[in-house]
Amino acid sequence: MDPRTNPAFLRGMTQSRSVTRRDALRLGGLSAAGLALAACGVEGKRVAPPARDAVAEYWASKRKNGTLRFANWPLYIDKDGKRYPSLEMFTADTGIKVTYQEAIQDVGTFFGKVQPLLAAGNDIGYDLMVLTNGFQLNRAIALGYLVPLDHSKLPNFAANASSAVKDPAWDPNNTHTIPWTVGVTGIAYNPKYVDKVTSMADLWNPRYKGKIGMMLDTQEAANFGMFALGIDPDASTEADWKKAGAKLKEQRDAGLVRKYYENDYVDALARGDIWITMAWSGDIFQQVAEGKDLRFVVPEEGGTIWTDNMCIPKTAQNPVDALTLMDYVYQPKIATMLVEYINYITPVTATRELVLADADKATGEKKASLKQIAESPLIFPSEADMAKLRSYKTLTTAQEKVFQDIFQPITQG
Amino acid sequence: MSAPAIAGTNARPAARGRSRLGDRLLKAYVWLILAWLFVPIAVMVVFGFNDTRSKSNVTWQGFTLRWWGRLDEYPQMIESVVNSLQVAALVTLITTVIGTLLGLALGRYRFRGQGATNLAMFAAIASPEIVMGASLLSLFISAGVKTGFATVVVAHVLFSLSFVAITVRARVIGLDRSIEEAARDLGASTWTTFWRITFPMILPGVVAGALLAFALSIDDFVITQFTNGALQTFPLWIFGATRNGVPPQVNIVGTLIFAVGVAIAVINSVTARRRT
Amino acid sequence: MKRLTPYLLILPGGLWLAIFLVVPMVFMASVSLQEGDSLNGFVQTFNVGIYGDVLAQYRTQFLRSAGYGLIGTLIAVVLAYPMAYWIAFKGGERKSTYLLLVLLPFFVSFVLRTVSWKFLLADDGMVLAPLKSAGLLPDDFHVLQTTTAVVGGLVYNYLPFMILPIYVALERVDPKVIEAAQDLYAARRQAFTRIVLPLSLPGVFAGVLMTFVPMTADYVNASILGGPDNTMIGNIIQVEYLTNGDYPTAAALSFALMAAMLIGIFAYARALGTENVLEAAAR
Repeated sequence: MDPRTNPAFLRGMTQSRSVTRRDALRLGGLSAAGLALAACGVEGKRVAPPARDAVAEYWASKRKNGTLRFANWPLYIDKDGKRYPSLEMFTADTGIKVTYQEAIQDVGTFFGKVQPLLAAGNDIGYDLMVLTNGFQLNRAIALGYLVPLDHSKLPNFAANASSAVKDPAWDPNNTHTIPWTVGVTGIAYNPKYVDKVTSMADLWNPRYKGKIGMMLDTQEAANFGMFALGIDPDASTEADWKKAGAKLKEQRDAGLVRKYYENDYVDALARGDIWITMAWSGDIFQQVAEGKDLRFVVPEEGGTIWTDNMCIPKTAQNPVDALTLMDYVYQPKIATMLVEYINYITPVTATRELVLADADKATGEKKASLKQIAESPLIFPSEADMAKLRSYKTLTTAQEKVFQDIFQPITQG
Repeated sequence: MSAPAIAGTNARPAARGRSRLGDRLLKAYVWLILAWLFVPIAVMVVFGFNDTRSKSNVTWQGFTLRWWGRLDEYPQMIESVVNSLQVAALVTLITTVIGTLLGLALGRYRFRGQGATNLAMFAAIASPEIVMGASLLSLFISAGVKTGFATVVVAHVLFSLSFVAITVRARVIGLDRSIEEAARDLGASTWTTFWRITFPMILPGVVAGALLAFALSIDDFVITQFTNGALQTFPLWIFGATRNGVPPQVNIVGTLIFAVGVAIAVINSVTARRRT
Repeated sequence: MKRLTPYLLILPGGLWLAIFLVVPMVFMASVSLQEGDSLNGFVQTFNVGIYGDVLAQYRTQFLRSAGYGLIGTLIAVVLAYPMAYWIAFKGGERKSTYLLLVLLPFFVSFVLRTVSWKFLLADDGMVLAPLKSAGLLPDDFHVLQTTTAVVGGLVYNYLPFMILPIYVALERVDPKVIEAAQDLYAARRQAFTRIVLPLSLPGVFAGVLMTFVPMTADYVNASILGGPDNTMIGNIIQVEYLTNGDYPTAAALSFALMAAMLIGIFAYARALGTENVLEAAAR
């Protein structure tokens, strides 16, 4: 309840106030004086990245502590009521107790919260976190906020991770991050209203005016703008971005886009508010698994592949324990448990066979849903699809500003 | 109803009939608006009982009470409610104390700087929340202060202070000073006079102010979003959850908070009637 | 000691207001004149030009927000006045119950209420679907992502801020005054327009103040219920602060918004000559 609606308060408000112009000026005068004094800026925060031997030096002094504080996204780990089976197995095998928190609702907000803490060298409350590749992760790496990983302790990653996720452009040799899951951005549509979609051009189709959804995130929208023009984001230049921006602006000005969504596009699509939209593979898989008639496709011009990455903040209290978990989940049997619940693409290649094996052992509804997972191109994409996928373009700080100035007014202005 | 009686010579039967129809239309209008105000609340309460099988709570699939037993499935949500309550409790304490002092001063005395204080209080009420939150964030960034529990409390006290002060001031102004004078005549010290005479008389205003501060703090969204750092409060958590689909448990917690608020308001109104 | 009492009393409160209301405004003004980015730091350059830049760049959103605020406030006055009137004059013993009923929905979190509206107003939701199947509305009719939805949300969320002040002002009107007017052969309508309405103006003023300001600066309604063409200045400020970390731009926008509000309020107060009316009402 808001006190502005309280009668007692309102009576007080409407009584005469002896506020004179002189008082206002006096306050203003003081403020101006303060303004002159407040000619202070805010310290810059850029830090040089750690040297090679610094990596070894860092880990040499770290020991396993037996506890781990893990921050992740909602619905991003296998869950059975209140229990987390994979984490329970982890504790049983290693003796490390995990405090799991679904603290990350979106990268921007989360990073905005932890950045000042990391800049000041304070503990952020977590030893392991999952960040999507993009602006914030690039910034974290550039500012030295992430611990460089000791790959000698990550044998499962080396052995079992698919080549698609090793050595990404934005974190060469996986110095600071290894993926938790992988996702694809493609086009989702409702076959009741939309004919079979194969091309990016369908997002610009005037027949679906007002029923098209696009993503708010500038990197996502920019990629699709570039794909629509046949530009490869990996090789794109500022001129290309301007062209993509114009294409997206054209779409917006024509009134084709109903809204620029975050992850609420799923609801809108399921409800029929929109008929065709940019979408993430896992979201659509879950809708289909629940029985909704929706389709997902990677258009012929291309789609975006992104990863949600495990990384260790530099002020982590239990980095060795974090590293242990990072490697643990790369065992195929654990990765299988995760993929069966999360329904996004797993970075471990061998899981498909294991999911099928689980399906064989299961019965009834569980069997059907496991088979659905194993056979879905949304979770185990084909080679052809994988070849079409591109990541977000890695940008320097200067490029970031230019990039945002082009795309942000379109999706958020 | 003395008006028609006295003006009886003036009002014609037709006019009276017309005025009664007008009254009835007006009453219907009032109920219509009230219904409009309550519709989303009803929806929220009802969907806390939805037997939904999917991750989103959008189509009615039957009645169930099972969500009431599964509130702990979202420890983040529970934590955010606890945070909201802790912040609100501390804010209420601080604001009530300094707001009461402020209200007393403004209601009782004339002093230099009174105008400036009034202006500042007016600014605190009239400022849009986003400007207040943004300016606080600017302050904290410039001063290198880490945002979190403390900054949220600071922000909440800031915007609720004026409300408490004005409520108390209104109460103080209407006070009968002759009782205090009588106490003083009988030899009571200033302090005793205050504690045993004045304070009990202004207590309803203080309590009203405290309730206002608590209610404001619990529901605040905008200012908290700017100053919260890593601290999650319930309104913030809901906003984040709307991105992924709001589970029925949120409806239930909302319903519970609503019920508590209703109880407080009913008690307040019943005791108010007894007071006056 | 007696003379110091008021100063001691206002010390904690006044200090709090000074440090956390006045000083931040100063800092915000200071930040707005800086340049840089969150990676490399900000430097004070007294870049006054930024105000011209942001006002030009976001002129549409500024005007749109003012427009929504104005329309919303007007609608709120029209909706609230009859309600406040009825409760004040015809509510009888149940006055406080009616007030309570008006306030009750606002015990539910603002965000939850708006999200409930999003659910209710869905294209094929509980409200529109029956109307569509009855043929009363075209199939492609939608409410969400329109200006109507956003303004409707604003009016819904801030209506009590209009009802209550008007009620308080009306409640103070002595019914005997109306009787007296009717004794002097005034018709009902005249009694209203020439007696009641002017006496209620301080309430209307307070109500307008407490609805226009928050409506114009709101961004949650636009975020949940609006579409790309409904972006308000609040949304821009929020993105600049929390997503981009472009503090100078964000601070400049906030300050400009604040200044515009203050000018508007004082102009409005001057136009109404409210000082006198307020004094009279206080008696």
